Amino acid sequence: MTASIKITVNGDTREFDSKSSLDDLLRVLDLDPRMVVVEHNRSIVRRPQLAATPLEDGDSVELVHFVGGG
Amino acid sequence: MTTSVSAQTDSPLTIGGRAFRSRLMVGTGKYTDNQTMVDAIEASGAEIVTVAVRRVDLDRSQQEGILHHLDPDKFFLLANTAGCFTADEAIRYARLGREAGFNEFVKLEVIGDRETLMPDNVGLIEAATTLVQEGFQVMAYTNDDIVTALRLEDAGCATVMPLASPIGSGLGLLNPYHIRTIKQRLSVPVIVDAGVGTASDACVTMEQGVDGILMNTAIAKADDPAAMARAMRLGVEAGRLAYLAGRMERREVAIPSSPTTGLLD
Repeated sequence: MTASIKITVNGDTREFDSKSSLDDLLRVLDLDPRMVVVEHNRSIVRRPQLAATPLEDGDSVELVHFVGGG
Repeated sequence: MTTSVSAQTDSPLTIGGRAFRSRLMVGTGKYTDNQTMVDAIEASGAEIVTVAVRRVDLDRSQQEGILHHLDPDKFFLLANTAGCFTADEAIRYARLGREAGFNEFVKLEVIGDRETLMPDNVGLIEAATTLVQEGFQVMAYTNDDIVTALRLEDAGCATVMPLASPIGSGLGLLNPYHIRTIKQRLSVPVIVDAGVGTASDACVTMEQGVDGILMNTAIAKADDPAAMARAMRLGVEAGRLAYLAGRMERREVAIPSSPTTGLLD
């Protein structure tokens, strides 16, 4: 059985496989890494580092992009 | 012929080492749909276009970000820190915006009051100082206060952006004297940001000698945004040209334009 971890993504708690990386998280959420900026525990993680950044239980992830604004 | 005086006598607007042709900058918020927004932005002739940084909507993950509609090769996308109430928040948003975007520029907003959306001057100067140290070209949204404007220039901001009137109010230029004072005292470009409601407001604002105007609601909430965008473009150009031309002196007496001699008995 695969253990799962709880990650807060954009304010909501979600469960992921315990071996997940940030890259896996984007894939599960069906998001194109080129179109979002990833902030992991308050630090920005650039695209080349996503696969090498493991998730741990209790981590907080923010996924942002540009929207209309003044 | 000297029909295009503006092109002959005006220099490009240079901010943080980058030159821009258009002195009108526009936002991308509050449009009813993306096509209306794109049409209006094109009609405005603007090069600098502001965008906001927000969470991706995970429940509707196919919802597109604005980059699907605005070509970053065609427009200079300027990330803002709208919605931030502390220096720390604004710094966080600025960093995310730099990562999401294509340049080191940020339109810095630190709001101090939810009702009036007036800036928090202390937080603004604090955030500007940090962001300048991190290599940002900071375009700081501020109230029309000369002291804050001077502090922001001292902090290294690339441009200072005093308001004409509160964000989204459309009340036009409420204090031309303050805006002129700021323009006269600062060396960096002064861009009036917020409050312009219609083309005459844009024209009067440019006549004060400022370097440009940034607006959003006046175009987005017009009945015909593309038509208002064109009106704003012409208003900005007219005001700029009138400023460069140098207006006549005001006199509180009438002086006839036609000769007073040669009149019939």
